[in-house]
This record gives sequence, structure tokens and C-alpha cells, in this order.
Amino acid sequence: MTDSPLPRKPGLGERWAAFWDSDIAWSFRHSPLAIIAALVVAIIFVAAIFGPWFAPQNPFDPSSLNLMDGKTPPMTPNAFTGTRFLFGTDDQGRDVFSTILYGSRVSILVGFAAVALAMGIGVTLGLIAGYRGGWVESFIMRVADIQLTFPSILVALMIFGIFKGFFPAGSQNDLAVPVLIIAIGLSDWPQYARTVRGVTMVERSKDYVSAARIIGQHPARIMARHVLPNVLGPVLVIATLGLALAIIAEATLSYLGVGVPPTQPSLGTLIKIGQEYVASGEWWILLFPSLTLLALALSVNILGDWLRDALNPRLR
Amino acid sequence: MSALVTVENLTRVFDVSKPWLNRVIEGHPKLFLTAVDDVSFSIPKGKTFALVGESGSGKSTIAKMIVGLVRPTSGRIAFDGTDMAGIGTDAASRRLRSRFQMIFQDPYASLNPRMRVGDIIAEPLRTFGLETDRAAVSARVSELLRLVKLDPRDSVKFPHEFSGGQRQRIAIARALAGRPEFIVCDEPTSALDVSVQAQILNLMRDLQEEFGLTYLFISHNLAVVRHMASEVGVLYLGRLVETAPTRQLFAAPSHPYTRMLLESVPDIGMTGRARMPPSGEIPNPINPPAGCHYHPRCPLVREECRRQRPPVVTVGADRVMCFAAGEPR
Repeated sequence: MTDSPLPRKPGLGERWAAFWDSDIAWSFRHSPLAIIAALVVAIIFVAAIFGPWFAPQNPFDPSSLNLMDGKTPPMTPNAFTGTRFLFGTDDQGRDVFSTILYGSRVSILVGFAAVALAMGIGVTLGLIAGYRGGWVESFIMRVADIQLTFPSILVALMIFGIFKGFFPAGSQNDLAVPVLIIAIGLSDWPQYARTVRGVTMVERSKDYVSAARIIGQHPARIMARHVLPNVLGPVLVIATLGLALAIIAEATLSYLGVGVPPTQPSLGTLIKIGQEYVASGEWWILLFPSLTLLALALSVNILGDWLRDALNPRLR
Repeated sequence: MSALVTVENLTRVFDVSKPWLNRVIEGHPKLFLTAVDDVSFSIPKGKTFALVGESGSGKSTIAKMIVGLVRPTSGRIAFDGTDMAGIGTDAASRRLRSRFQMIFQDPYASLNPRMRVGDIIAEPLRTFGLETDRAAVSARVSELLRLVKLDPRDSVKFPHEFSGGQRQRIAIARALAGRPEFIVCDEPTSALDVSVQAQILNLMRDLQEEFGLTYLFISHNLAVVRHMASEVGVLYLGRLVETAPTRQLFAAPSHPYTRMLLESVPDIGMTGRARMPPSGEIPNPINPPAGCHYHPRCPLVREECRRQRPPVVTVGADRVMCFAAGEPR
């Protein structure tokens, strides 16, 4: 037999071509709703990430604010200074468009970090529960069940409260974002654990896991190398839907006044601030942050729904 | 000839009770299933020992115990004189593990769908530390793929790009990667198309000859067993009812159950001849018949069969668990 060249893993171009031909990419190209949602998400993400470079002003730098600009309606010249603002200004002359750019950053950061934390905890515990079985499984899943009987926003509030008690009042504003991430992350893990446990139980009974056990692979390695890649599909779906939920949870907590402080506002804080003015006729301070949150959460949710259907072999 | 694998009085009991709370509330007792009941056999080096039996007769449980996936309830498994009890994931255990392998029934479940074929085959190499640098691993993977008549370029593909027969070849390549001496084959062809079965079986025989492999071959297909095995063990409800060299078993079976099994195999020479149809069904293994498990279906049943477990009698090279063994009929 002739010696063929050593096999080589496919390059970037081949991988992209394979991806473009895959079922997922095909399903995406044929779902207008998913494309629109992805566009909206992409625009908001890009705007949030690069916001500070093109925002008209830094709304949280007092030197860039002019109190005379206060309460300017959208797209109308200010009575004193004549400046126009796309989305208007609040009572202190902050440009609402800029506050949204800065606020989305916080919301998206908290959302992603909380999902990553929940996913990390949930996937790990779910893998262990599904793979080990027995009392380990019972213990982990009962804890998850108990936590699921409480509304997650209540759990997040409680965790937030406990953390606040541990830190001196002065450091609370600096720690608000990390604590918020931990509160939302810890309140969301049971979802991941449940799904991963179920899929793990199916996968661990398959012979490829037996083959790895026969050669004496360590259980941790089997879970990481063999089982984990096969449970990632459903996890991706929950993570996407969970991102929308985490962003809303952050907004809810901030709206309730236990989230990020007004000096570093998120979309939820902006909505809370705007709500105080809506009765006196300054509707734009409330409307635009709310619309942004709606567009972001809705689009992420639509993407999650599409992904769930696209990954479901029964719907193909 | 020295035995490579020795199985002595192997027994496995499964607890199939309902959960504790249900038992307490509904008043059910604990339920046990004896999947494997006091089974002993040994496999000489370079030979193929086949285990046959109906579904639920304990074939796969024996296979799993031998490779360490299931712990025996009692009894002993020795591999080349080393007791297999307590085999773990430490270095000494791995050295022992590198000497045996398993080929599974369903090639669609035995290959990780997320791993490339090359990585699947290379896994034993890396785990056993046989090859360490990339080029050597890659060269050995190519060699193994050629050995099972696949293209070395297939190593970058994923399992779903292959047919059932090709996947079983990949599984065989993985099994051979660690240069094992002994391979447990758990119905390796029963999930394949008939046209592919013979190719896989012949490949396995060629490999056996080339590397002096020892096989434990599990099957419910008697024609396949006849083709592959040098010795056959017949299982019925977890008990080894007859062990005999293949030729003798097929020519002159001693146990009534073996006879019934052979009667049920269609063959051209039997056309038009009256045959004894298989009677009865395999009983519930949780509550098997007393005495000889086969007595409700046995044409030679007598009084002691209902009360006592029959002894294992040696008739020539044939070991039979039957009261009527060796009697002229």
C-alpha cells in the first residue's frame, strides 16, 4: 500500500464552508425572524461595547453636563441653549441616548457574567449528578428542586441582601455589579443542572462512555471530554434564553433599587429614574430605555427560541 | 495450552427493588435478579470462546464484568493469572487494562459523535501512554485504519460520515490501538446489515490470526458462532448449561436446551423435514423455576429436575449441567 500524506485537520476556510452548509446555518438563513433578531442584538451589542467612543457625551462626567439642557424633549432644540438631543435629556441635562449606551453596557455585562456563572455551576453539578447517580444525584437535585420552588428574583434579592450585609457601606457601590452577577447567577443554576443531568444520564449509558471507562479514563476526564461536548446543544439554548432572563432580572433588581447604583446606571436604573418623570410629562426619559430593554430581551429570546427549534432533531 | 482468561464461580445479582419509599408504603419486598449464576469457564490463548443465549440470559453482564464495567457479586476473574478485582485507574491498573479491550454491539453508540475518528482511535494510545508525540500518534492511527481496510485520510472525519460497517471497523481499530491480547466482542455484528456481517467477521478472524488475539465472542446467532468460535458456552437464565468444543456442540449437543436452539436454526438440509418447534418461553429471571431453570420447557424432565440444581457432568470434552447427561437416548 502506498503511503498517503499524514492526515491534516481542515483549515479555517473549509471549516467555514462546512458551517455554512450545516443544518443550523441553513435554518438560520431561512428564518427571517431569527435574522432580524440577530441584527437587533448585534446592533445593541456593538452600540454598547463601542458606546463610549461615539456617545455624544459621557453622561456620568458632571463636567460634560449642562444643567440648562435639562428636560429637553427628543429632537427639539432646547429653549435656552438650542442644542438638539436624539432621545432628549433628563432633569440634569444628561443625553438619554448616551445614558442608554452606557446603561446597556452594564446590563449586557451583568447578563453575560450571570449566565456564565449559572452555567458553570449548573453544568458542573448536572454532570456530576447525572454521571455519579446515587445519593450524590439525589442531594444535588433536591437542592435544585428546593431552590426552584422560590421565584428566582426572590432568591436573587435574598442573596443580594446577604452579600450586602457582609460589606461595609462605603464599598457597596463598587461591589454592586459583582454582587448582582453572583445573585442572578446563583438563582439560575438549577435550570442548567436539571437539563444537563437528564442528557448526561442518557449519554453515560452509551457505549462510547463504556469504551472510555474500559481503558481506565478518570471519571472527571470522561465527563469533560466525552459527555460535556454532547450536552452542550441544550445548554446553549438555555443559556440564550437565560441571557434574556438575566438581563430582565438585572433590570428588575435595579428598578427595585437593590441593583446597580444611579452613579453607574443600567437599563433598569434608567427606567426607575425615568418613571419619576413620566407623570410630569417628560415621557422620553422612561420610554427610550424601556424600548431598548424590550428590543434586547425580545430579540435574545427569539434567537433562543429559534436555536431550540433548530437544534431539535424532531422538528427537522 | 494455558488459559489467558479464567472465570470462576462468577455471580452477579442486581437489586431491582422499587425505591425505598415505595417499598415501605406499598409493602413490597426487595427484589433481586440473578443475572449471572455461578458461571465458570476459561479461554485458552489465541482461541475464541463464544457465549450464546437468548436475551436476558446474562451474556452481556458477563462481558461487562470481565472488562470491569460491572462488579461481580461473587466469584473471580483472572487475566493471565492476575485477579481483576479492584481494578481502578492507577498506573498498574492501566497496564493491565491495556491488555484487553471490547467491541460493542451498536457502532452508532460506541463512537463519540463529537470526536474525530483519529482522536477516537488515538484515545487508548494517549491514555496508556503508548505514543506521545503527535507525528507518532498520527502514524499509528493511519496504520490502524489501514489494518481495518479504511483510508488513513478518514481520521479527520466524524463518525456520522460513515456507514454501520465502517463504524464497526473504526471501533475495531480503536480496540486494537493498545495492542491488546484479549478482546471481548459483545454481539459485534448483530446491529449490521447481513451483507456487512461476513466482512466484519472475516476481518476479525484475520486480525486474530495476525496478532494471536484471544476473543470472548458473544452472540445469539448460532451460524456466526459456528464460524468464529473454537469453544461455545450456552447460557440459560444466567447459568452456563453446556460448554463444548464448537464442532462437538453442533454435531452432538448434550443439553436439551442446546438441542432446542440448534433445532430452531433454519438450514437447507432440513427443508421438508418435520422439526421440533421451540416450546415455551424464557421464564421471568426475577423468579426463575426451582431446580433446573429449564425444566418447564424440557422434554426429558424428571422429578429431581424440579427440586435440585443439576450438577455439571463431563461427557468427553463436553461439560453439561443436566441430570440426563450422558444417558443414551
